Amino acid sequence: MSNSSNQTTATIPQIRRNRSALIRIQSVMMRHLYLMRASWPRIFELMYWPSIQIVLWGFITQFLLTNSSYIAQAAGVLVSAVLLWDILFRAQLGFSLSFLEELWSRNIGNLAVSPLRPYEFLFALMVMSMIRTLIGILPATFLAILFYEVSLYDLGLPLILFFSNLMMMGWTIGLLVCALILRVGLGAESMAWLTIFLIAPISAVYYPVDILPEWLQALAWGLPTAPVFEGMRAILFDQGFQLDLFIHSLLLNILYFSIAIGVFLWAYHVARKRGLLLQMGE
Amino acid sequence: MTQHAIHVENLSKSYDDVLAVKSISFAVKPGETVALLGGNGAGKTTTISMLLGILLPTSGTIQVLGEDMVKDRFKVMHRLNFSSPYVDLPRRLTVKQNLMFFSKLYGIINAKERLMLLAEELNLLDLLNRPTGSLSAGQKTRVSVAKALINEPEILLLDEPTASLDPDTADWVRNYIKEYQKRNSAAILLASHNMTEVERICDNVLMMKYGKIVDQGAPDDLLHRYSRTNLEEVFLDIARNRKDSASKDGNDISRKPPHDDLEYGDI
Repeated sequence: MSNSSNQTTATIPQIRRNRSALIRIQSVMMRHLYLMRASWPRIFELMYWPSIQIVLWGFITQFLLTNSSYIAQAAGVLVSAVLLWDILFRAQLGFSLSFLEELWSRNIGNLAVSPLRPYEFLFALMVMSMIRTLIGILPATFLAILFYEVSLYDLGLPLILFFSNLMMMGWTIGLLVCALILRVGLGAESMAWLTIFLIAPISAVYYPVDILPEWLQALAWGLPTAPVFEGMRAILFDQGFQLDLFIHSLLLNILYFSIAIGVFLWAYHVARKRGLLLQMGE
Repeated sequence: MTQHAIHVENLSKSYDDVLAVKSISFAVKPGETVALLGGNGAGKTTTISMLLGILLPTSGTIQVLGEDMVKDRFKVMHRLNFSSPYVDLPRRLTVKQNLMFFSKLYGIINAKERLMLLAEELNLLDLLNRPTGSLSAGQKTRVSVAKALINEPEILLLDEPTASLDPDTADWVRNYIKEYQKRNSAAILLASHNMTEVERICDNVLMMKYGKIVDQGAPDDLLHRYSRTNLEEVFLDIARNRKDSASKDGNDISRKPPHDDLEYGDI
């Protein structure tokens, strides 16, 4: 290797470039897909928890069918709620984990010193989060059909609207978690797993909003999640799709998502000001 | 007038009450190799980080290829690249996957062709399917160099590119970078503690101390002015504030240990 005479003997092809944002977004996704492809435990891990949840809640439903008049009215209400909650959780976790992956591998500096714009990076993380969510949730929905004859797809077209709203809320929380990690470092990484549960009690996942104390009901209606779960119950209890609940959820989502983008970009700016981007990593 | 590849004017950076870089100005022309020399905490990594746009300056201006790096860095990011000990390539990806990822990130369409050329030149062909985390320090450095050259940059910023390499690998990397520069008329800014490296490949040297540029010139010029035979002695003269030749014996054990200023990379 000490002989450098043959270092530059190859014919040098002209580099052809494409400066489109799509290529850069694709490259970040490609990097995460390479990682998933190389490790089956990662794929298994994505599917494991939603599937276990479904098995567990399926048995609980079967028990409650004979002991609860509420469940007897709509057998799929608990299983559907579990699946929709998992969409939210996986969307948030998928977003945060893809971001954390860049910090753990000390690659965030490489991305920051590249033509990749922050919004392109965020877009790639969102697409990755959707892929991770689908990998995790789809097998669980099939298990629910197979073992308990409960099909999430019975929700029909509104399922797509519920899915979109929950994904958006997941990204919002993911953005806030990533902003926090950018500000305080990897010491806050556990927030990626914990934060979502802060809103679980008031999201009315398994029970209607009016079960909550009045002051908590006001908080619940201030979240985009409660209208989604109320909307799901309305369909399952034969009240049909309620457009007002969907619009309520969507408007709140747009508001919170815009705030979260602003908070993330502010945290990124502070990280650039304080020189944190090169230092982050294990 | 020749456009500078890099043009820095009155650049400063402070962290709270610590001034890490104090009003430095310099320029690098296309095809020129400039070294930033200085002890730990002198401000080299802070300066390079600001040039890369990853650290915002407190005051001053940085122009890279004619663009303001604070406001318009994305206009030139595809034309520069870097290598730094403060970043890694994703360890679980193979060398090939890493190079494919970075070539796409920099918008290279004929990525495979570019990758194979670099792999051949940098002797990486046998390593392409190995996870990057399993490579030796020397092999990782060659992969990092390949990543830094993947977009055929017009400006290359290298922070201690041969640190922790054995002399043979270090020499090989230096030769390769020099060859690349000749071929592409690239401007290179290099932060290093290795004086031999700087003497061999640099056209100009900026001596930094406590965040300031305290001296600068061509290596030969500095040797002549300090009446020294190598840059290491010039470095020690500057680091230890030795101005008269009577105190230049280099074995002054009564002196205080080097002052370690707060530097970005050392935080």
